Amino acid sequence: MAPRTLQQKLAILSDAAKYDASCASSGTTRRDSRAGGIGSTEGMGICHAYTPDGRCISLLKILMTNFCIYDCAYCINRVSSTVERARFTPDEVVTLTLEFYRRNMIEGLFLSSGIIRSPDDTMAQMVRIARTLRMNHGFRGYIHLKTIPDASADLVAQAGLFADRLSVNIELPRDASIRELAPEKRPETIRAAMADVRLSREAATEKSHTGRRPPRFAPAGQSTQMIVGADDTTDRDILRTSANLYSGYDLKRVYYSAFSPIPDASAALPLIKPPLMREHRLYQADWLMRFYGFEAEEIGAAHPSGNLDLAIDPKLAWALANRGQFPVDVARAAKDMLLRVPGFGTRTVTRILAARRNGPLRYADLLRMGAIMSKARAFVTLPDWHPGALTDSADLRARFAPRPEQLQLL
Amino acid sequence: MIRVDLPRFGRFQAWRDAARQLAGNRVAPDQVAWGDAGLFGTGPVPPPGPHPVTASKEFLALARTVASHSDPERWALLYAALIRLQQDRGFIANPADPLADRLARMAKSVRRDIHKMHAFVRFHELPSEGPRRSFAAWFEPEHPILEAGTPFFARRFGDMDWLIATPEGIARFDGRLSFEPPAPRPNLPTDASHDLWRIYFANIFNPARIKTQAMRSEMPVKYWKNLPETGLIAQMLADAPRRVQAMRDAGATDAPAFAARVTARIRHAPDDRPPDSLDAARQQASRCTRCALCHAATQTVWGEGDPDAPLMILGEAPGDHEDLQGRPFVGPAGQLLRQTMAGAGLDPARAWLTNAVKHFKFTPRGKRRIHQNPATGEIRHCTWWLDLERRFVQPRLTVALGATAAFALTGDRAPLTPRRGTVETTLDGGPVLITWHPSLILRLDPGPAARARAQFAADLTQAARMMAA
Repeated sequence: MAPRTLQQKLAILSDAAKYDASCASSGTTRRDSRAGGIGSTEGMGICHAYTPDGRCISLLKILMTNFCIYDCAYCINRVSSTVERARFTPDEVVTLTLEFYRRNMIEGLFLSSGIIRSPDDTMAQMVRIARTLRMNHGFRGYIHLKTIPDASADLVAQAGLFADRLSVNIELPRDASIRELAPEKRPETIRAAMADVRLSREAATEKSHTGRRPPRFAPAGQSTQMIVGADDTTDRDILRTSANLYSGYDLKRVYYSAFSPIPDASAALPLIKPPLMREHRLYQADWLMRFYGFEAEEIGAAHPSGNLDLAIDPKLAWALANRGQFPVDVARAAKDMLLRVPGFGTRTVTRILAARRNGPLRYADLLRMGAIMSKARAFVTLPDWHPGALTDSADLRARFAPRPEQLQLL
Repeated sequence: MIRVDLPRFGRFQAWRDAARQLAGNRVAPDQVAWGDAGLFGTGPVPPPGPHPVTASKEFLALARTVASHSDPERWALLYAALIRLQQDRGFIANPADPLADRLARMAKSVRRDIHKMHAFVRFHELPSEGPRRSFAAWFEPEHPILEAGTPFFARRFGDMDWLIATPEGIARFDGRLSFEPPAPRPNLPTDASHDLWRIYFANIFNPARIKTQAMRSEMPVKYWKNLPETGLIAQMLADAPRRVQAMRDAGATDAPAFAARVTARIRHAPDDRPPDSLDAARQQASRCTRCALCHAATQTVWGEGDPDAPLMILGEAPGDHEDLQGRPFVGPAGQLLRQTMAGAGLDPARAWLTNAVKHFKFTPRGKRRIHQNPATGEIRHCTWWLDLERRFVQPRLTVALGATAAFALTGDRAPLTPRRGTVETTLDGGPVLITWHPSLILRLDPGPAARARAQFAADLTQAARMMAA
């Protein structure tokens, strides 16, 4: 077989990476190239392009190799798949990253890999790529490394010195599903890897007795990804798992990836349409947990099935299920209650709190400040607005839900 | 009517200087006509006036951003705001004020345009003679943001020469950033990396998930004509249904023969034979799923210390720290235990330290995990491991810390207070000294805590005496 060209490898190894949802490049230390080297990170991430699947391209997301000795049913790169295989040399990854970066196409590199030979061997090569970028080329852009769960603590410690973010994929919301669909992986070692990263990050913020700060360890924190819809877990259980992960490992993000059919799929999984709306609702619910003070349980309890309402967003669903707490008096309500009003985002609430010091707010003011009053009107009182019986009306949900569609008959 | 002419570059500074002088004379906003270069003749700006003029830092930052808006009225609006600010300092922070709101919206639009410039500029490499590589780009922003948008590129691409040409003018960087008047769109050379980029763009796309609306809202079509990859989108979309259908039709294939051999080597074969050593028991416990606690906890926290020790210290269950580190008694309660043991003459290294329940039980609360007491069923399930541990360690004496440990060893749920400091018999026949759990002492108010601490120390001293006997 003729050796593959760089173009062929890039095609194979970016195709192999497209099922990983994480893409963010924000929240790391600020640094730039004015003192030498190339690249900068300025806090806010930049998305340089969008693909027609609606996902952004911020980082060059590729696999080092898609050869893999594991046999995870949901993964196209599993050992039993007959997909075309390829493998980048470390220099090829470094060159692609730098050349794309210089043309302003990416914010940095998101490197993942199939597991070749052994977890340690694979992790060592990934660390080598990150080290070459940082040490030999003075690269100051963003680096996200997908750590291999069974790799040695020493390699993960090195990875954290070069990478902005580390991640380990939890893959599935329940341990039983992991054991069944990814028999070489073990949920407890995945979680132990996350715990190690958290402990290393904490250790890196403590000054030594001489007052010297140790080198930063994965300053953009860690994240993980969960595949949704490959097993029959309910959204309530998914959110529970996320809440456990957020509280246990100080994760920056949990990414939800609607299970998408893969070529050459394992017979263990159905070829379904990816549940994109469910994925979207889970992201909304996740947002409510991280920025709006909601607990996983209350969001999950809004619908008796344990799944999120696909027709309306989870905050609205919660409000409809908890109407006793409404309407809220916008002039007096505390911040955490304003945050629970459907149609009020965190920014709107900040603006309301700033503006109500200057006098009473009226319906039109809220509209101008970005509140979505078509949603909020049933749940708030204002000097010139009272919802009356609207809050408790039986058809309130129907006003928000999209009209029922005629099902396809064939 | 006073006419103020603003230059092509450095406009904000010019507006600021003129506005300060006009406001110092309390010139009314409707008496000033602001214009970009060439629109008006230069008007007579009065000399600095007698009135003090002040503006907050926030207003200056807002004005600097609004200055990059394409609306010709922006200068007049900013000047009106400056005049109003002299009387009404708070208005600009009030999102309900129409002028404050309009300026905020203009600033938002400018910030978005700058953000898109940072995202969608695409450099082409130019031939270069010097040691620095050379790049150029053509970009068409919505607002005149060249001056505001390009310092970002100077910070990012410090080791190369580059220029960004726009209809508004040209930004050039050779270690220093400078601006030039506009020139016709340059002919940019073809760049092999753009071809590689197109390969990447086409392959990172998943044809089974189409969300074109999300793509268009974040990457508005007006920017497409200067992006090398967007020419592929129509074809990618057109081809997607066929690719998904082909995937469906192909279905599953047979795994190659070597796959099973590879996984057989690395798959974790569960070994459920009765363990013949403490280490084998530990190995098995690391995969324990006897109760539901394992799903949320990080890992099994097995006992630690001297496996030949005559003394076993039994706690309740691992806490947050123990769960993360995978070791017992490393948190605050463990610290108190070790200190008190040392004070009583017990060497923690000469004991076997373990817990009645091996997995952490908690409720998540935002970024914290709140400890929960294990339930009776969970304790019962875990005695499987405790019994194994006790069989291999064979302690002469066990110290039970708290009610859970006492229950696991004696099967007796009776209240702890009357039992503390007494020796009972375990279900497997050995003596157990019952005392407080150190985490209880840490939770008590200072008075009761001091009392409990003294009792805890006395109990451990009694244990040391019993060991010596």
